[in-house]
Amino acid sequence: MNLLKLNEVHVSIAGSHILQGVSFEVPRNRVTALLGRNGVGKSTTLKAIMGLYPAQGEILFGDVRLGNLKTHEIVRLGIGYVPEDREIFSSLTVKENLSLAEREKNPDYELVFSLFPELKSRSSQRAGTLSGGQQQMVAIARSLLNKNQLLIIDEPTKGLAPKLVGEVAESLSRVAGNSTMLLVEQNLSLVKRVAENIVVMDQGKIVFSGDPSNLNDESFVTQYLGVSGGGH
Amino acid sequence: MDTFILILTTGIGLGALYFLVACGLTLIYGIMGVLNFAHGTFLTVGAFCGVWAATHLFDGTTTLGYFLSLLVGGLGGGLFALLMEQLVIVRLYERHMDQALVTVGVALFVGAILSGWFSNDLRLLPSPPWFTDTFELGKSYLPKDRFVYFGVSISLLILLLALLKFTRIGLIIRAGVENRNMVSALGINVRLAFSTVFFLGGLAAGISGVLIGTYQGGVSPLMGGSYLIYGFIVVVIGGMGSLPGTALSALIIGVLRQFVNYYAPGLGDFVIILILAGVLLFRPQGLLGKVSS
Repeated sequence: MNLLKLNEVHVSIAGSHILQGVSFEVPRNRVTALLGRNGVGKSTTLKAIMGLYPAQGEILFGDVRLGNLKTHEIVRLGIGYVPEDREIFSSLTVKENLSLAEREKNPDYELVFSLFPELKSRSSQRAGTLSGGQQQMVAIARSLLNKNQLLIIDEPTKGLAPKLVGEVAESLSRVAGNSTMLLVEQNLSLVKRVAENIVVMDQGKIVFSGDPSNLNDESFVTQYLGVSGGGH
Repeated sequence: MDTFILILTTGIGLGALYFLVACGLTLIYGIMGVLNFAHGTFLTVGAFCGVWAATHLFDGTTTLGYFLSLLVGGLGGGLFALLMEQLVIVRLYERHMDQALVTVGVALFVGAILSGWFSNDLRLLPSPPWFTDTFELGKSYLPKDRFVYFGVSISLLILLLALLKFTRIGLIIRAGVENRNMVSALGINVRLAFSTVFFLGGLAAGISGVLIGTYQGGVSPLMGGSYLIYGFIVVVIGGMGSLPGTALSALIIGVLRQFVNYYAPGLGDFVIILILAGVLLFRPQGLLGKVSS
């Protein structure tokens, strides 16, 4: 049973045809990793789902067509979004960043602080003064406060020190256990750890969809992702 | 020394008026990224509402009547701003050039209607007689109305800062100034914040319209346009989107303009333009503004 379905999605930005008929599905209660080289349209695909870029084609969340909905309406259907580059509010405190994301009466701070205990002790600190890893924790935490049906996470380990990559990966593994997640990630060791389904993009199109075990095949990785299969 | 204190007091009073004009501009630009050229119209509409209230609803020559008229003027400016946002701006979100053109059009249209209706002559705004009295400090005689302008501005600054700091809508506005797309991506209808900012900006402009009417002895359809220019200068020097920056900038410009005009008559505006150019060249984000990413 699929929770999210994209059918022939096209996105053009400033005259460039970025997404050229993207079609794939995200099954319920599984982690789907969206992979590909830099600049092939992975983040654009996520932004199109979130309504941050105007898209043509069909995007279905359950039975709901997202095409005509505004971003805040899409989120309120039960989608948590962690954008590339975190996009936390640097002038706000950690507490304010989190409270801004509250949509329900009883936001799940227990889960957030069990995953990221550091955020509790730093709740009065301005988010802009946090380290990159801590900022990523804030960004992920915002998406976990509410009971979302789908988590969309864009490159959560980008720019992080190796030690922090491990911490974020550990947190994602714990969250991934009982969630539906669409994850864009360049770190293949993290993808292998959490993903149950992979979708590979190239030049604005889907070129592979299937089992993550293919990532253990050196020739597959070189052909589709242009990197060696060892990790990042 | 007596002259110094007098000019300083007058400058602070003028700076307070500039702040009231500019605070709405800076919030509207900060959260929506658009320069609202109709902002002067909010001021003018507020001023005329204030005159109407002070002559038809209350007795503007009493202290209570004047301040109630001030409130009506503020509400008039705020409601007009909200009306414009709902009827016009709401259809033009993310179309920044169109917004600028339309707000210029609204300013010209409303200005022409008011001019045709009331003429461009000053219409007297009743105020309590004690406004023209002076307050003795040493050997200086300081006009009491300047303290009213300063008091109203400080009160509004504190109220706005409290609203921004301690309420959820304030939190949304502060976050929206930084990254409005991400506010939407958290499930928040950022347009409600836009409407609130428009109302608050219009409210402040309306209040400033009544006070400026008192300061210059009456209101006219042309008053908004002339003060809007100072409003823009204050916003750019203070930093787009920064209320404390706007307050600081307004104070500096008000005081400096008075001092320069006293010691070098006619050069006050020239010096302000020089400061504006200097800020744009060496600190384009303004005194307390943030560098945009």
